Amino acid sequence: MANLTVKYLGAEFKNPTVLASGITGVTAATWRSVVNSGAGGITTKSIWLNEHKGHKNPTIITTEHWMMNAVGLPDAGLEKAKQEIEDYNKTKPAPLIASVAGGTMDEFIAIAEKMKDLPIDILEINISCPNVEGEFGLPFACVAPDAKKVVEEVKKVSGDKPVIVKLSPNVTDIKQIANACAEGGVDGFCLINTLGPGLFINIETRTPVLANKVGGISGPAIKPLAVKMVHDVYKATKLPIIGTGGITTGRDAIEIMMAGATLVGIGSAVYYRGLDVFRKVANEMNEWCDKNGVKDLSEIIGTVKM
Amino acid sequence: MENKTELPIILEIKKISNDAEGIKTFYFDHTLNSKPGQFVMLWLPGVDEIPISVSVDTGDTFALTIFSRGEASDAICGLKEGDKIGIRGPYGTMFNYSEGDNLVLVGGGYGAAPLRYLAYEASKKNCQVDFMMAAKTKTKLLFVNELRAMKNVTLHIATSDGSEGVKGHINETFEKFIKENKVDKIMTCGPELLMKAVGEIGDKAGIQTQISVERYMKCGFGVCGQCVMDPLGIRTCVSGPVMNSKVLNMLEEFGKYHRDAEGKKQYFNN
Repeated sequence: MANLTVKYLGAEFKNPTVLASGITGVTAATWRSVVNSGAGGITTKSIWLNEHKGHKNPTIITTEHWMMNAVGLPDAGLEKAKQEIEDYNKTKPAPLIASVAGGTMDEFIAIAEKMKDLPIDILEINISCPNVEGEFGLPFACVAPDAKKVVEEVKKVSGDKPVIVKLSPNVTDIKQIANACAEGGVDGFCLINTLGPGLFINIETRTPVLANKVGGISGPAIKPLAVKMVHDVYKATKLPIIGTGGITTGRDAIEIMMAGATLVGIGSAVYYRGLDVFRKVANEMNEWCDKNGVKDLSEIIGTVKM
Repeated sequence: MENKTELPIILEIKKISNDAEGIKTFYFDHTLNSKPGQFVMLWLPGVDEIPISVSVDTGDTFALTIFSRGEASDAICGLKEGDKIGIRGPYGTMFNYSEGDNLVLVGGGYGAAPLRYLAYEASKKNCQVDFMMAAKTKTKLLFVNELRAMKNVTLHIATSDGSEGVKGHINETFEKFIKENKVDKIMTCGPELLMKAVGEIGDKAGIQTQISVERYMKCGFGVCGQCVMDPLGIRTCVSGPVMNSKVLNMLEEFGKYHRDAEGKKQYFNN
């Protein structure tokens, strides 16, 4: 029995699996149910300062290789989020990462400041959603000076909460963006957000299926890209990383940790393997560790021989 | 890994029937492989995609019954025979019963639609079906002649204005019936407060009660998190829509509130 416990920015996770932002995660009850399904930690669906409407349906489609979504970050705003976070905190079975979103720099700063006094462990700033581009333009995570600026400003108002940035894979050089965030004082990263956006056309109707027409791609097909980008950011910054993107099995989780991730985000795999995918992945990681003489999972972080 | 796909397939509307005021049924030639109580996601390109319970499935055809009550359902009800729509599914849980059971079905409004499918299937399995149908007025009743003609099915009607059947609430007829007859299982679909009352009456009588719950849904396959119920975080699309009253008794929001597209609580009007 290997030690699967991982420390990440001051919080202790009983295993490295974390619910990725945007997959289920609307209510405190769901967070608890995901922890009961084996997750080591929870990331909330992105929280906005004010109510934000998502896109119309269809919002999610899948094939065996990928999932494509344009849910569009629907959220009821701060008051609802406060209630859910306080409700979760009554029992708090695992660390809570609060994902926050905004349309403008000011909105990010405002919501980050409000999170300071709530019982959350880590603040994740989602500056990389490809599904609200129509509304707000190119995400901050695609422009190095914008990424640096938002980190600097958020760090000023977020008190002692560790701040991580959710990075976009839709950039020419992710190292450059990661370094800019590091200069801004970021404490860690979560990557990658969804790829694209992509387009899926129904050939009978000759129309896109998603109501937003285009959507971010996740799922097994994007895993090699996630592993590569995690490794790039790990090498460039040495800051602790939540590696996510197509992680479906214990082997996938081990792989992205070897690339440099400390925690492993799981999202689309809830569809591929059910809500208890967290327990399955943790068990598979444990089996692999036992077979390979790994006593403590933390030993494998960043150990890929390149 | 299992070969999984959630993409709509395009089907032509073969037939449309006008069943009641504002309610139409759309028929398709397609093998859906659904079970009574399950739903599909119906896509109207450029408009929306919404969950709809299957209202009959014969193996090579199936039907969806739709009540005009919003942008998407209004647009669907404006379609004509030969028009095309998209379908994903079937999804969710089904009504469970055994051969020869005595079943009581309680349907309110367009909630009668999935129970119609159930009545067909249960009737074939030699169940005795007592179908309790509630509506505001006679013109809102669904499938009355069809159900009356069905073997092993007895229809009981209550309307708020007394224009057909008993005047008043269906629960009075229902409660009296289960006291006086041997009933194995109760199944209900309709307005949430009606179903809550049916569940309470069934529980009190010690009869297993299965309830078809409606919640706001996006994906239909357990990922978007919109249809979860407090305080257990159960996803209605995969653990429901049909749930046992014993499960719903643990879900404190049942009969109190549901969540909207942004996840905010919306309370039912008592």
